[in-house]
Amino acid sequence: MSSLAIPAPGVRRQAFGGRQALIEKITGMGFCLPATTLLLLTSLVPLCVLVVMSFTDYELGALDIKSVGLANFGKAMSDPMFRRSLWNTLLYVAIVLPGSVCLGLLVAVLVHQRKRTRSFYEIIYFLPVTSTLIAMATVWQFLLHPRLGPINAFLQLIGSRQYAFLSEPSLALPTLAVIGMWQLIGFNMVLFLAGLSAIPRDIYEAAEVDGCSGSIDRFLTITWPLLGPTTMFVIVTTSITAFKIFDTVAVMTRGGPMGSSEVLLYAIYLEGFQYFHTAYAAALTVIFLVFILVFSVIQTFVLDRRTHY
Amino acid sequence: MARVELKSIAKSFGAVPVLSGIDLDIADGEFLTLVGASGCGKSTLIRIIAGLEPQTSGSVAVDGRTIDHLRPHERRVAMVFQSYALYPHMSVASNIALPLTMQRLSLWERLPLVKLLSPKRRRVMRDILEEVRAVAAQLQIEPLLGRRPSQLSGGQRQRVALGRAMVRHPDVFLMDEPLSNLDAKLRVHMRTELAELHERLKTTFIYVTHDQVEAMTMSDRVAMMDAGSILQLGTPTELYATPANIKVAQFIGSPTINLLPATVGEGGDIDVIGRRVPLRTALPAGTSATLAIRPEAIAPIGNAPLRDGQATLAGTLRRVENLGSEFILHFDVTGLAGKVITCRVPADHDVAAHGQVDLVFDVGACHVFGTDGLRAEPLGGRRDARDGRVRLYLNAGSAT
Repeated sequence: MSSLAIPAPGVRRQAFGGRQALIEKITGMGFCLPATTLLLLTSLVPLCVLVVMSFTDYELGALDIKSVGLANFGKAMSDPMFRRSLWNTLLYVAIVLPGSVCLGLLVAVLVHQRKRTRSFYEIIYFLPVTSTLIAMATVWQFLLHPRLGPINAFLQLIGSRQYAFLSEPSLALPTLAVIGMWQLIGFNMVLFLAGLSAIPRDIYEAAEVDGCSGSIDRFLTITWPLLGPTTMFVIVTTSITAFKIFDTVAVMTRGGPMGSSEVLLYAIYLEGFQYFHTAYAAALTVIFLVFILVFSVIQTFVLDRRTHY
Repeated sequence: MARVELKSIAKSFGAVPVLSGIDLDIADGEFLTLVGASGCGKSTLIRIIAGLEPQTSGSVAVDGRTIDHLRPHERRVAMVFQSYALYPHMSVASNIALPLTMQRLSLWERLPLVKLLSPKRRRVMRDILEEVRAVAAQLQIEPLLGRRPSQLSGGQRQRVALGRAMVRHPDVFLMDEPLSNLDAKLRVHMRTELAELHERLKTTFIYVTHDQVEAMTMSDRVAMMDAGSILQLGTPTELYATPANIKVAQFIGSPTINLLPATVGEGGDIDVIGRRVPLRTALPAGTSATLAIRPEAIAPIGNAPLRDGQATLAGTLRRVENLGSEFILHFDVTGLAGKVITCRVPADHDVAAHGQVDLVFDVGACHVFGTDGLRAEPLGGRRDARDGRVRLYLNAGSAT
């Protein structure tokens, strides 16, 4: 008999065709089962529970539960805290995404040209990625402290006025964005470095012979277009990571001052785990997921078409 | 139109010498091939001419002008790479146009968006596109101009790479193993096309290959390289008929030349497996030497009697390769265990008749190399101007 994947040829196959096909089907399903079970248990079932819960008035510990239809979503739309946190999150993404992608690319191009010191710079820039952001947030809090922090000490030294980075409403979110960029640049740099290494050296040499020898020309004609697929991936991962900002807000500002650094995940956390409005938090989470889904779909379909050769 | 002169070019990567003292004078419009096994430095040499690699010492001059200080695109050379190195994100037309847009448009006129502000740009681009079309027509790739390189076959990519080189009207074409990535049939076809292209353009071609057939079929002159220096420079015929070095003899020609260990007897005669070959060289008596015989210069003995200047070896037929138009016969040499001699004979040759036979060869068609690998010229002969062979008029002696 042949193996399961390759049907036996000839008469036997015809005679046992139906049974053979059935066996193959069952075997195939058997192979899929572990992964499907895991996916169901860890993602799909909780997601369904979440969606169902978002249509109810459930609160943690409540004994009865009843459907409220779309009321939770209606409440979210008119909730000033939610609208503020959504706006803040989008603003945060709008700063972190271009900042960390452009700087990551710049650092990658610069590091790529180094020969002996390359691994040194790679480690330096990658260190923030390996550190725990909660711990690093505490360090940043000290660095940015209005009176004790070295950053303000430096500003004083050069004669500038001092800033309360985390307690001035207009500065809190941009400061968090800078910390977010600091953490993401190293990761994006590594991805861009991988993309840069994949560009054949021949192409640069051909460009050199063809007169494309200035660094701006070389970047615009060769490097940037050929990094297209990498860039797309970096943009998608960066925007999703930025959209999920939580740790720095929870540790450093707790949404303050005056709600100026309230972001989506922090709002969900407050509603769900501080105020125990579980159903309302579920509705907010559904909105959050829809945003992430829309981001990925737009980026994948629009950018994918333009960056594959 | 350009004459290229290389003066004592040397190159080393760190402590590793790659090229040492290369002198080469390439005439205007010549097709010169650098041939050699991989690692012999031929690619490094062509990259030095292109300006992609700086030489450690020595200088490159085109038409008497030193170009060492010039960047690659200022040297008026075009290069075709083994991988073709096409820009994968550009159409064929843009690929071919790139050298011209780089030449004729300023940086501002090439920047995205900003370029739209330039009034002159459209006119220049129209001219460029016309030239691109003309080149594409020459190479018969006009219908492909809108495609991306990934949508092309290997042969088509090769043509695009050629087009990108031709569109600039360079002084010198540099080609670094351009046919190596093609399949065997296409390679034969492109060989002819390249040779014809050279005839049409009448530009200097410097061509790098490890394939001796390409070197033999296309070149005006061939420079055979080994371990960073040129072993022999000459026409394909010269390299084939009078190899200056045993390595040249082995590299050029297919099937490979037969090499037999020999000793130099009293009076400079050559002894092979105890048989005296009527061939004298200036090598000192008692030293060892190598006798080299091309496969077509040796054949099983027929009914004809041994002529003057012929000698024989004994061998047993081991294998016959039928190439259609000819047979390649493999003989075990009697008296030399493990040594095989190949003979190239016409297909009408009566193979079945052979068991143990005598193989007869023309002494004048043999080459003798000393222990240093250098050619030892036969004495007492006369070189025939038609094919470079030395005709000997000695007695056959006592081969058999």
